[in-house]
Amino acid sequence: MNRRNFIQSGVLLSGGLLISFTIPKANKLAALADTADLNVFAPNAFLNIGTDNSISVYLSHVEMGQGIWTTLPMLIADELDVDLKKINIKHGGADKTFNHVIYGAQITGGSSTTWSEFDRYRNAGATARTLLLQTAATRSGTAVESCKTEDGFVIAGSKRYTYGELANDAAKLPVPAKVPLRSSTDWRYIGKGSKRMDARVKTDGSAKFGMDIQFPGLLTAVVAHAPVFGGKVKSFDAGKAKTIPGVREVLQIPTGVAVIADHFWAAQQGRKALQITWDHGAGVQLNTGAQTAAYRKLAASDGLLVQEKGDVKAAFPKAVNTISAEYVFPYLAHAPMEPLNCTVKIENDSCEIWTGTQLPGGEQTAAAKILGFKPEQVKVNIPFLGGGFGRRATPACDFVSEAVHIAKASGRPVKMVWTREDDMKSGFYRPFYVHNVKIGVDKGGLPIAWNHNIAGQSIMADAAVLFGPPPAIDDTTVEGVKGSPYLDEIPNHFVGLHTTKEVVPVLWYRSVGGTHTAFVMETLIDQLAHNAGIDPVEYRRGLFKNHSRHLAALNLVAEKGNWNRTLLPGRFKGMAVHEAFGSVVAIIAEVSVDKGVTKVHQVDCAIECGLAVNPDGVKAQMESGIIFSISMAMYGELTFVNGEVQQNNFYDYRITRMYEAPRINVYIVDSKEKMGGAGECAVPPTAPAVANAIFAATGKRIYNLPIVNNRLEKQA
Amino acid sequence: MIAITINGKQQEVAADPDMPLLWVIRDLLGLTGTKFGCGVAQCGACTVHLNGEAVRSCVTKVSRAAGQRVTTIEGLSKLNDHPLQIAWAEFDVPQCGYCQSGQLMSAAVLLRENPNPTDQDIDDAMSGNICRCGTYPRIRSAIHKAAELQREGAKS
Repeated sequence: MNRRNFIQSGVLLSGGLLISFTIPKANKLAALADTADLNVFAPNAFLNIGTDNSISVYLSHVEMGQGIWTTLPMLIADELDVDLKKINIKHGGADKTFNHVIYGAQITGGSSTTWSEFDRYRNAGATARTLLLQTAATRSGTAVESCKTEDGFVIAGSKRYTYGELANDAAKLPVPAKVPLRSSTDWRYIGKGSKRMDARVKTDGSAKFGMDIQFPGLLTAVVAHAPVFGGKVKSFDAGKAKTIPGVREVLQIPTGVAVIADHFWAAQQGRKALQITWDHGAGVQLNTGAQTAAYRKLAASDGLLVQEKGDVKAAFPKAVNTISAEYVFPYLAHAPMEPLNCTVKIENDSCEIWTGTQLPGGEQTAAAKILGFKPEQVKVNIPFLGGGFGRRATPACDFVSEAVHIAKASGRPVKMVWTREDDMKSGFYRPFYVHNVKIGVDKGGLPIAWNHNIAGQSIMADAAVLFGPPPAIDDTTVEGVKGSPYLDEIPNHFVGLHTTKEVVPVLWYRSVGGTHTAFVMETLIDQLAHNAGIDPVEYRRGLFKNHSRHLAALNLVAEKGNWNRTLLPGRFKGMAVHEAFGSVVAIIAEVSVDKGVTKVHQVDCAIECGLAVNPDGVKAQMESGIIFSISMAMYGELTFVNGEVQQNNFYDYRITRMYEAPRINVYIVDSKEKMGGAGECAVPPTAPAVANAIFAATGKRIYNLPIVNNRLEKQA
Repeated sequence: MIAITINGKQQEVAADPDMPLLWVIRDLLGLTGTKFGCGVAQCGACTVHLNGEAVRSCVTKVSRAAGQRVTTIEGLSKLNDHPLQIAWAEFDVPQCGYCQSGQLMSAAVLLRENPNPTDQDIDDAMSGNICRCGTYPRIRSAIHKAAELQREGAKS
């Protein structure tokens, strides 16, 4: 893959230096995004310096809590040699310039922002600094070698120039093919970190989210969706709805019936008053009980080959002992705190969108297609995202498309708002999965045969609109089993996949495959260690002998988290290790189980992520992933009865609350390894570490998620 | 017309008396710091002060606020310098930030009523506010810090 970036500079319309990069198209994702010719909505740049000495950094990725609003500007600040606090930070909007250097389309996901932009953003800063130095050298008649920068100034002999003073002339210089990057010893921010640049606006209510977009004439819409996926409106009566004061219009759109009103409350009242007859379609046949039985049957047979080694069938008779396990994982809703919303304003030949999205280019293309526009006729504005977790990276562009349909049909500017119930019931979930595993062990308690089948829907199949038809083996279903360091060490193994089809739309959910594969692998390894009478840390050390990063994370958490510590009476510990998104996270969870109720008291976490660009940001993401995983493991579940989702809101789809949040200690491995991610990486190992601690407490293994569905009593 | 004092300013709104205070604040008065998260008093994102008490504005009818004093996050301090706001920034509490207005408004009542809250007091006061990003450990640290700042402020 060609990853070279072509650096350009130019003069800002308002005067000043503008540094932008273009990336050659990398794959078919980019080819699809190519239907968007160059955007007309300037500025399409990473960095600009105004003649007024203002410095602006445009973010190719979006801020949804993970902290890149701080980390990306840090990269530029270090190369440009400026105080981070002096930089104006903005989301870049939809533009090919901001395409992901690996994925080829503009996407924030895969815990990839910092490592994927590490070179590009530093180069943006370094290019500007080089041009400013050259300009100062010429202007002062000093040799460029004897010029230097100092916190926003160029010192050239006895002269001292602000960057703004040099910006216009710098913009006229040719851009060198390669610019020197500063030595790591010159870094003020990288590796040391900075406070969040968005903290202050998030403490006084001034931070703007998509939900907060307001302008004169803007109406609010809510949509009645079919109660069953795939359902259609047969007929509806809007008579009563239209009598609600404030309701302006009731419209049928492809996904249901939209009520448009002066404000949210009127729209919601109007929706309640609608009388709709639905044609439910085949989706009514979906029941969680029957689905579980069908998937269990499927997973009991060998699926399509994912990975194999040796002869697993021949190896089982040689095993001293075998264990069999079957795991069931429910559908999950991402439930970001900010319910999904999108504001659309269409004028004659242009459209403007405001929405929190992880996929700005995809949304732009989808909107253009609905409107019969070219993508460049659609401007995408991205406020802060009130959480994403994958839900705002929907290749099907469901909520943006819905809002565009409403605005198109209505002819008025509309802010479409989903309620929490809409968020729970209207799809794009972590899929339902069943794993069936049979393991044969030798007399030393080590696995010699491992047969593993997974049944579940393909996330990539639902992402086909962006990524094309999915391959037969969807890696997002099997990652974490496929490529497992444990399987590497097992001479005979087979991993198989049964890809299922359902009416339920599915999507990546923070840490994707790791949400279930890590649980299966790590609880089974715990079981094998227990059966062998070997300490689970020691047992893993043996299997990680060829995996130094796993070992480093394991050893650090065992040491700093004091694995051998004496626990309070009634407290038990469990551990797990998992690699995802280029980083390895090891977790120790300390729990109690009292009258069947599990409480997680403390979590110790070590991460091997290579260079931690913003160490406290990495820690914050570990804390975040750990608590997210506890919510998922303890409570997360959507169930279906006759095609209808049974959960409604936070009262029956519970999220970890303050009183349930553990004390968390995070340790970062001092590492020279390749840089990995952080945002999602703590999610996979936390849930199995908790389950392993529950086993220590109760002697019961968890095979069905969520944990609250299991009857747990304290050990006798 | 319903008269409400919002952040010290008298306002008259033409609203159905049953309309939730949340939507009056956001959609009629244009103060967007107060957030919609669940609509059923489960998540606390919409927390405001009604005569100094923390209420869930998504289930509080505007008629209940008639002639009363309402404080939103925009009115918590003039310069973003309430001890909680200072501590929130110091501990880098916010992640996505969407729930933080509600967290701060709940914490502000706790700190006024209980200048030296224990961890248990924080659990009791703050468990009605959901944070999907899991910022709870930092919220806890920041409340302790704000209590300290408040005590120091009282001394000087």
